[in-house]
Amino acid sequence: MKSSFIIKRVLKYIMKYKLSFISSFVLTTVTTICSLYIPVLAGRAIDDIVGKGNVNFKSLMVSLSYILIALIAGGISQYIANIFNNKISNGTVKDMREEAFENLQNVPVSYIDTQEVGDIVSRVIADAEQFADGLILGFQNLFSGVMTIVGTLFFLFTINVWIALIVVILTPLSLFVSKFISKKTYKYFQKQSIQRGKATAHIEEMISNIKTVKSYHKEDKVCKDFDEINEELGRDSLKATFFSSITNPGTRFVNSMVYAAVGLGGAFFAVAGGITVGNLSASLAYANQYTKPFNDITGVITELQNAIACAGRLLEVIDAEPYPDKKGRLPENIKGSFEVENVDFSYDKSVSLIEGLNFSLKSGQRLAIVGPTGCGKTTIINLLMGFYDVDKGEIMVDGVDINTVSKKSLRQNMGMVLQETWLKSGTIRENIAFGNESATDEEIIEAAKASHAHSFIKRLSKGYDTYVGEDGGNLSIGQKQLISITRLMLNPPPILILDEATSSIDLVTEQRITRSFMKLMKGRTCFVVAHRLKTIVESDLILVMKDGNVVERGTHRELLSENGFYSELYKSQFE
Amino acid sequence: MKSLSFLKSYKKEVILAPTFKLLEASFELFVPLVVKDIIDNGIRNSDKGYIIMRCLLLVLLAVVGLVSSITAQYFAARAATGAGTKLRSALFRKIQSLSFKQIDDTGSATLITRMTSDVNQIQTGINMFLRLLLRSPFIVVGAVIMAYYVDFKTAHIFTVVALLLSLIVFLVMFFTIPKYKLVQNQLDDVLLHTKENIKGVRVIRAFTQEENEVKAFKGENAKLLKLQKISNAISSIMNPATFVVINLGIIALIYAGAVRVDYGIITQGAVVALYNYMSQILVELIKLANLIITETKALACKNRVDAVLSMEEYKKPAGKDKITNHLVTFHNVSLSYNDNREYSLHNISFNVDKGETIGIIGGTGSGKTSLINLLCGFYEPTIGSVYIGDKNILNMSDKELDNSISLVMQRAVMFRGTIRENITFGKYNASDADIENAVAVSQSDVIVEKKSRGLEEFILEQGKNLSGGQKQRLSIARALVRNTPILILDDSFSALDYQTDKKLRKALEESSKDRTTFIISQRTSTIQNCNKILVLSEGELVGIGTHNELLENCSEYKDIYISCNREVS
Repeated sequence: MKSSFIIKRVLKYIMKYKLSFISSFVLTTVTTICSLYIPVLAGRAIDDIVGKGNVNFKSLMVSLSYILIALIAGGISQYIANIFNNKISNGTVKDMREEAFENLQNVPVSYIDTQEVGDIVSRVIADAEQFADGLILGFQNLFSGVMTIVGTLFFLFTINVWIALIVVILTPLSLFVSKFISKKTYKYFQKQSIQRGKATAHIEEMISNIKTVKSYHKEDKVCKDFDEINEELGRDSLKATFFSSITNPGTRFVNSMVYAAVGLGGAFFAVAGGITVGNLSASLAYANQYTKPFNDITGVITELQNAIACAGRLLEVIDAEPYPDKKGRLPENIKGSFEVENVDFSYDKSVSLIEGLNFSLKSGQRLAIVGPTGCGKTTIINLLMGFYDVDKGEIMVDGVDINTVSKKSLRQNMGMVLQETWLKSGTIRENIAFGNESATDEEIIEAAKASHAHSFIKRLSKGYDTYVGEDGGNLSIGQKQLISITRLMLNPPPILILDEATSSIDLVTEQRITRSFMKLMKGRTCFVVAHRLKTIVESDLILVMKDGNVVERGTHRELLSENGFYSELYKSQFE
Repeated sequence: MKSLSFLKSYKKEVILAPTFKLLEASFELFVPLVVKDIIDNGIRNSDKGYIIMRCLLLVLLAVVGLVSSITAQYFAARAATGAGTKLRSALFRKIQSLSFKQIDDTGSATLITRMTSDVNQIQTGINMFLRLLLRSPFIVVGAVIMAYYVDFKTAHIFTVVALLLSLIVFLVMFFTIPKYKLVQNQLDDVLLHTKENIKGVRVIRAFTQEENEVKAFKGENAKLLKLQKISNAISSIMNPATFVVINLGIIALIYAGAVRVDYGIITQGAVVALYNYMSQILVELIKLANLIITETKALACKNRVDAVLSMEEYKKPAGKDKITNHLVTFHNVSLSYNDNREYSLHNISFNVDKGETIGIIGGTGSGKTSLINLLCGFYEPTIGSVYIGDKNILNMSDKELDNSISLVMQRAVMFRGTIRENITFGKYNASDADIENAVAVSQSDVIVEKKSRGLEEFILEQGKNLSGGQKQRLSIARALVRNTPILILDDSFSALDYQTDKKLRKALEESSKDRTTFIISQRTSTIQNCNKILVLSEGELVGIGTHNELLENCSEYKDIYISCNREVS
């Protein structure tokens, strides 16, 4: 992304806070004018102090009371401006973060499958934070910086044109220095950002899977790998940090030059009687203050460049192409018949996977998919649920091509339990009612009884209100599966997809669940992937898959009599 | 102070950076004196030569200031990035050394934030501290001292101003630090929500919960914003307050100066010098105020990182060894994960001899995985002892444990990297023959063969480009390649079809006669040929024996067996 594009985009977000923005601008102007006017007033006051017995106290007091007014007005407006600035930047980041999150709900599943979780998280969290910091600094310093420069020049010109000219002529030098440095630094900041991303990915992976690492006692190796990435990050960091930190001394030096020049010129004018000592004092105070905005602006520029890089990474998530959802809807109360015609699909378009898949299923029938691991069972589920779209051919529900209806209308009619369960951190109750927030306690308990989860939930320290942490916390995989099943039992839709839904549940429990499942499946169209064959045996259609292709199809009886791959699979479990 | 201890190896930098900063600052402090001379001597006496000389002195001061300042920046950057890198490395190591219980208690989301954004903040904090935080107080104190040099009596105003400023800085920090902590914690929650949402994409979409997720996320975010607002409202006081105090100081100073000049005690030039010193303090303090915000944030981060660093090193208590004459012995073992005495395992005793294959079976939550956790030394028994050979497991070093046991976990985890790297994860220097053998036994050869780059095929984060069964088989290969005397398979066949399951078991049996294997399973068919089967139910060992024995005398086992068979018949 080009920085000009990023800035344009960011400005759009900021513009939501137009009123705060304008207020902050006005208040900063007031602050700047007040703080710039004080040296003039102080200079006037000093001119009233000529020497022994020669002090004009009356005029002095007037100047001093003006200073008092200026400092009160300046202080108050500065405080309020600060509040506004924080509001704008934190608000902007909040908005962007939310938009990124929202877009993540709309991107195709393939986007998330191909990104690293740690990377997305770091964009939405860490990059957004850095961006907010940069933005606050930008508001605080960029505004007031520019205002101060303009104001300083104005006041300097009113004091003495020649002194002002000295400052104006030397100004480009300061700009040149800061520009030169920030240009050099940007490269290093980018490098640092990339390396940071690498480190974060490693951290995310190794800390999330820490138990595996530890069970292999590979902490040392993992640490060594990390050190390698980390050392490089350290080197890039050093460069980025050092080069960006030259900016301040550089501009400060230029400022000292300006200061010396103003001192020289001012003193000569004072000797010639062109200006007073008070004027000289004010000019020097300005020359002194004059560095600060340049320091600030240049500091802000490096900071902002970093912030822009971060905003860019966040914007990439916001801008990730959302899935172009269709407007159509499935009819109400669908029956759940399926026609799958000539479907081709592959993840990697250069390698074919599923080709010419055909089958049809009447409403209320059950389809089982069997085959060795990696044969494409999960892929078919991805297609049926609309997680991925077919490359060619059609999948029709009740005669409607699912590619013409919205995913929501499709998925509302489908219930799914996957082998890899997912629970959110929250109470058991929240996890069961996921998708059915309005469910009553009775309904939840009833569903849990149907899935035979009730007995273990009851035994947890706080029952249904037990909080499960990240990734299901301390629950076993089997328990997590039971909760996923309960989730489905609570409000079963007309079409069910069960992908190894009970693979980690012990057989006694599974046996009991199967009875509930059977009841559930009655009258519903079902897709079942399972290794345990009870549910398969009674299916209306069995697809036997291998390497993405359907190698055999038929009912259990038909397939057995074929004496092919299926019967081999089936018999193997008795040996 | 833990996280800052890494500055120790940068002593030179830590001393040199502020020293050069102070040098630069002292040159700056001379400037108002030079200006005073210009006014009182140069202008008053119309001595142009004197003025030129003094202005050249200003240029000289600037040049020396520039050189020392850049030197200081370099050392500061080195110390900060160096210490940051070391801290990151140490923290990572520390996290890797946490016990399973500590990891459960802390949660990985917060550990990740601490490793990333917190350490970054600390690094910035150190850098800024070395560069500016020492410079600013020095300029303030220096300006006060110089003021005393210029005029002792008026300089008292400087002391009052400096004290007031310190008070402001202190108060603001005192109130903001705890607020920043709250902000950081809330940020953790936002992070967790984001992470969960991405990981749960399929379930969320299947339940069409996208909108609710967004709503919940917005709620978390709104909470964050609210906390930020509070902490900002306090920290924003700093700048305006210092501005007000200093300008009040200027008013007092000019008035007092005027009185002193009127009495003829000091000159006009001296008042200008005093005024300049006050302005210098102002410029410095505005910088300082911004900095304090960075520093308070860094400090909050430091505390969070310190909390991890100071987590107690998990120390196994020593246990008594015992002559057992068995390879593995469980003696009256009970385990409770939390201290509320809810036992996940209760009074378990059994022993295993070399070369045996042990089946462990039982319902969900019966304690199978807990038993493995004990056998691998991940948790220590709450009561009783576990022995490997004659050695109490508590007395075994990580290395000894590592050399004796390989575990295949229930959830097959893959790392980013090639298949080869994943397989050799536990044995870096495995020979090609070892790898080949492990791949063949684990039935992973079909996976490897299908990949165009074979063993060098790249696996994505979390093994995204592999199916559940493929991951399980590769994780078995990872364990096999290590060739340890004990192999534990914790429900590692669950995603495999029966045929692969059977082939795998057969290959395992044939591959090594000496190996002692523990197989945890839900299916009796997987374990019925084992030498010994342990039947667990709600944490109790309810049966032990061979398949046939158990069918005779263990009703729980019989139930399981019947349900398995009913399923297939």
